[in-house]
Amino acid sequence: MSRTKFKASQASLGRGSTYAYKNSLKPASVIRWTLLFMGGILMIMPIIYLLSTSFKWPHEIYNLQIIPDEPTLDNYVYVLEDGRFFTWFGNSAIVAICTTISSVIFDSLVGYTLCKFEFKGKTFVFIAILSTLMIPTEMLIIPWYTMAVDFGWINSYWGIMFPGMMTAFGTFLMKQFFESVPDEFLEAARIDGLNEFQIWWSVAMPLVTPALSALAIFVFLGNWTAFIWPLIVTNDPVLYTLPVGLTTFSVEQSVEWELIMTGAALATIPTLVVFLVFQRYIIRGVVMTGLKG
Amino acid sequence: MNWYRKLSIKQKQVVWAWTFLALPVLFYVVIRFYPTFGSVLLSFQDWNLLGSKTWIGLENYEKLVADPVFWKVFNNTFIYLLLGTPVSLLISFIIAYHLDKVSFLHATIRAMYFIPFMTSAVAMAWLWRWFYQPVPVGLFNNFLASIGISQLPFLKSTFSALPSVLAPAIWAGLGFQIIIFMAGLRAIPQSYYEAAQIDGVGPWTVLREITIPLLKPTLVFLVVFSSIGFLRIFDQVFNMTTNDPGGPLNSTKPLVLMIYDTAFNAFDMGYAAAQTVVLFTILLLVSLLQLYVMRERT
Repeated sequence: MSRTKFKASQASLGRGSTYAYKNSLKPASVIRWTLLFMGGILMIMPIIYLLSTSFKWPHEIYNLQIIPDEPTLDNYVYVLEDGRFFTWFGNSAIVAICTTISSVIFDSLVGYTLCKFEFKGKTFVFIAILSTLMIPTEMLIIPWYTMAVDFGWINSYWGIMFPGMMTAFGTFLMKQFFESVPDEFLEAARIDGLNEFQIWWSVAMPLVTPALSALAIFVFLGNWTAFIWPLIVTNDPVLYTLPVGLTTFSVEQSVEWELIMTGAALATIPTLVVFLVFQRYIIRGVVMTGLKG
Repeated sequence: MNWYRKLSIKQKQVVWAWTFLALPVLFYVVIRFYPTFGSVLLSFQDWNLLGSKTWIGLENYEKLVADPVFWKVFNNTFIYLLLGTPVSLLISFIIAYHLDKVSFLHATIRAMYFIPFMTSAVAMAWLWRWFYQPVPVGLFNNFLASIGISQLPFLKSTFSALPSVLAPAIWAGLGFQIIIFMAGLRAIPQSYYEAAQIDGVGPWTVLREITIPLLKPTLVFLVVFSSIGFLRIFDQVFNMTTNDPGGPLNSTKPLVLMIYDTAFNAFDMGYAAAQTVVLFTILLLVSLLQLYVMRERT
C-alpha cells in the first residue's frame, strides 16, 4: 500500500464513525435522526387520529385537531352498550388462544420429532408438511366450507379454529430451533429413565422457550386479525370474531365515522397494549422467525 | 405393553416418532392435502353448493379465459404486487439503513415504525376509508383544502382507487420489513465495514459492494414474503369498498375477492375453484421465479 493511500485512510478514520453505531452530534446524524423521528411520527399519525376521533363529538370529527376541544366517552358508551363488542372480543380471544396453544404444542412436537428422531419416511413427512406452505388458504376455503357444512361446524368455535390448529411454518421454525438442542441432553435424560414424551416436554421444550414465545406471538396475532375464514364460516353475529364484527358494525353505521372509529379503536387498543408490554419479545420474535424462516 | 419392552432402542424410537406424528399427519392429510385435491377436482366440475356435482371438464377454465372481469382482476392482482413489493421494500430498506445507524431513542423510533404492523387490517381499512372521504368528512381532503389544494377523489376514481387501497397495506407492513432488514444489516460482519473504512471507500460504494450483496438472503425472504402478501390482498379491499366490492368498476378487485364473490355470493363453486387453482399457480410461479432471479444476481 502506498504512502498516500495510507494517509487517506488515516484521514477517513479521523473523520470518525461513518459506519460505527456511535452517537455523534455531526449535522448529518442530527438530520438523519430528525428525519427518522418525523417519519416515525408520520407512521403512528393514523393511529393517533383513530384514537383521537373516538373521543370526539360528531361535529368535531371534521377538524384536523388531535386533542378534542370537549373530549367525550359517549362513543364508547354507545358502541359498548349493547355488549356486541364484548361478545366479539371474547370470541376472538377464545379462538386465538386455543389455536395458539394447539399450534405451539403440535408444531413443536412435530418439529422435535422431525429433528431428533431417526425413522423411515422422516424426510417424506417433512417435505410433505413443508409443501403445504405453498398452498394458499384461499384454495382450501371452498372444501373447508363444504366440510364445515357436512359436519355441522358452521357457526361454531371449532369451525373457526379447525384450519389453524397446526401450522407448517411453525413446524419448520421449531425444527430449526431444536437443532440447537444438544443430543447429549436428551441421551442423558433417556439414561435417567425418562420416556420420550417426558424428554420432549421437560428437557427439550424449556430449552427453546424464546422460539416458542415467538411462534405463539405470530400465531396469536394471525388468528386475532384473521378475516376471510371467520367471515365465511360464521353468519350468526353471536359467533363473529372482532374483525368480522367490526365489518358488519361499520357497514351498519355507514356515515357515523366517529362510531366506526371507536369500533376500530376497540379492535386496535388490545394489540397496542400487548405490543407496548411485550415489545422486546415481539421484536425479538419477528427477528428470529425472519432469520430462521 | 410386553411387546414394547422387547423392542430395541431404535425400534422404540420409531414407535414414539409415529405416535407423536399420528395426529399431525391426520391433520395435514384431512385439512391440507385432501382439500387441495378437492379444489383441483372441483375446478373441473359444475356445482352450486346444493345440487349434485357434474363433470364439465375444462369449461370453468374456458369461461375464465373468456371472462373480461377475470382479466381485469388478474391485472389488478399484478398491479398490487408490482406496485406494493418494490415500493414497500424500498421505503423499508431506506428506513432500516438509517435507523440502524441511530442509537438515540432507537427502540422508541423502531416501535413507532412497527406499531402499524400490530393492527388488524379491517380496523385500518375503515380508518383509511375515513381519511379518503371527500370534504368535509375525510382527513386527507380536509388537509388538502386547508393548504389550498383541490380535492383528490381517492377511492372514487378508477385511476386512484387501487393505489389508495394499497397504501394502508404498504403502511402496515413496513414495520415488519424494517425489523427484518435491520436484523440482516446487523448480521453483516463489522470487519467488512472496517476494511472498507481503512481503504477509504465512500458510503455509496460500501452500500453497493458490501451491504446489498450481503443482504441478499434477507432480500429474497422479504421479496417472496411480501409478494405473496400483496398477491393475496383481500381484507383491505373488502372493507374499503363494501358498498361496491372491488369497485369502482372492478378497478380494485383482486383475485381473492373474485374467488370470494364467485363462491359465496354467486355459489358457482366450480368456477371459484378454478380461480383458486389460478391463484395457486401464480403464487407458485412467482416464488420460483423470484428465487431464480435472486440466485442469478450474485
